[in-house]
Amino acid sequence: MMTPSRVLELKKQANDIRIGIIEGVYNAACGHPGGSLSIADIVTYLYFEHMNVDPAHPKMDERDRFVLSKGHTAPALYAALAHRGFFPVEELKTLRKFSSRLQGHPDMKNIPGVDMSTGSLGLGISAACGMALVGKLDGKPYRVYTVLGDGESEEGQVWEAAMFAAHYKLDNLCAVLDFNGLQIDGKITDVMNPTPHDEKFRAFGWHVITIDAHDFDAIDAAFREAQTVKGKPTLILAKSVKGKGVSYMENNCDWHGKAPKGDEYTVAMNDLRAIGAALEKEEV
Amino acid sequence: MAEKKATREAYGAALVDLGATHDFVVLDADLAAATKTGMFKKKFPDRFFNCGIAEGNMISVAAGIAAAGKRVFASSFAMFAAGRAFEQVRNSIGYPHLNVKIGATHAGITVGEDGATHQCNEDMALMRSIPGMTVICPADATEAYAAVAAALDTDGPMYLRFSRYAVPDLNAEDPSYHFEIGRGILRRDGHDVTVIAVGNMVGMALEAAEALAAEGISARVINMHTVKPIDREIILRAARETGAIVTAEEHSIIGGLGAAVCEVTSEECPVPVLRVGVEDVFGRSGDVPTLMKAYGLTAEHIVERAKQAMEKKTSCR
Repeated sequence: MMTPSRVLELKKQANDIRIGIIEGVYNAACGHPGGSLSIADIVTYLYFEHMNVDPAHPKMDERDRFVLSKGHTAPALYAALAHRGFFPVEELKTLRKFSSRLQGHPDMKNIPGVDMSTGSLGLGISAACGMALVGKLDGKPYRVYTVLGDGESEEGQVWEAAMFAAHYKLDNLCAVLDFNGLQIDGKITDVMNPTPHDEKFRAFGWHVITIDAHDFDAIDAAFREAQTVKGKPTLILAKSVKGKGVSYMENNCDWHGKAPKGDEYTVAMNDLRAIGAALEKEEV
Repeated sequence: MAEKKATREAYGAALVDLGATHDFVVLDADLAAATKTGMFKKKFPDRFFNCGIAEGNMISVAAGIAAAGKRVFASSFAMFAAGRAFEQVRNSIGYPHLNVKIGATHAGITVGEDGATHQCNEDMALMRSIPGMTVICPADATEAYAAVAAALDTDGPMYLRFSRYAVPDLNAEDPSYHFEIGRGILRRDGHDVTVIAVGNMVGMALEAAEALAAEGISARVINMHTVKPIDREIILRAARETGAIVTAEEHSIIGGLGAAVCEVTSEECPVPVLRVGVEDVFGRSGDVPTLMKAYGLTAEHIVERAKQAMEKKTSCR
């Protein structure tokens, strides 16, 4: 259990990361804010509370690994890495620019803290399996985390990887499925219904925990539970709100892959600053 | 006549031998008996992981293994390793330039009776187009063994192309044989025309050179085991000194060795380059000798093309 004051700190941190997401896509004039905002709390928890990482030694052998399988939500990962100290926060404004190392999708070769290059959906979870396999084989203590999109689960390779992870009993692997219910073309249940994820992953041999993706106590409990599961990988089915925190982006698939401009940017920043101000006033 | 052996056999044997002294893992996709990784599985069961019939996942898993710092060979038939999983090879392995060795067997038309769906004549073209990917296709068992050892000692993504079909082990009795990635091997000197061959066609090229010699034509033969990065120097020397080139590969004439040689000569020293390989068609079922003949993969065809190349010579020299 985290203390209420720790939860409040994480909420503030997550809000800063959301501001980083908006700054990034606004300055890039493109990118994917909706799904970045929906995973902001999970990513914040992992980088600021849970994972064993060291910004001074981004490649240290015993570090926990993070693979953003839904690589298009790189703005969330970059904002978390920057705020965690892997590179300057100011650099977030260079997202997607020609001279920037912050590629449109995560690039492990050039961005400190990025453990796997991703972007083509379905590939990241497999790579996470490979990392977890090595951890098992060599008896290394690290854990591997990966975040998938719900739309991404329409990719067949996700299920190939799900089979692999259960077959090799990768209990050092924890996947998060960001269930915001929307993909580019609309509701996931309208485009190509991949549900129910809980029953499917259970049938594939996974331990499944369903949570509210924006409730830090639930997030904390889920990741702690995952650490105790033996002999099988864990899926955290995280029910989230796409565009979380920006009023007009919430639950609107139009903001899957579009950047705010002009007044839209101002409104988004005002929304997030208001959340931040409210958090400042919150008493524990 | 040298003993006949398939390069896939040497692949399996090399994995077993090297496994005793080197820390690496081997993946396969339910074809371990055919790709010969089963030999490694038998000796080192703890370091062998079957991925089932899921090649895309296997290739991305291999990327994760490499990203975690372990060397890895991933095997399937060329059709599935390079074809089915092309995008995983490109994005999971190629883009981050990870240290994964892809051991692809059953390449080319010599798959034989299984027919067109399994005869991959496009893999070198596909793999060659990925930035930073090394592409190797050994000529015989000795070279295949040496290539696996060299691959293990060389960092970076690599595609190793092996064959199902047994061919003479040309290099077995040559004590001076030396394999170096990216360095073509001059197998026979000559000054009228050069045959640059890869894989199973190297033996054919040497036969062709004998036949040409009987007709008074001096043919140089180069074994170009590494198709990427290609040995530009040996190609340009051949272009300048012999003025005509024939390429020979058990692969489509589009995008493979022939294309790679043309890319060098057309920019640096334009000489006629005639390509022997599978024309722009799919294969079909049949026994291997019949297929090789039907698709023009013979010493006789190389001889014919060599004479045509000589007729087309320009003043490049």
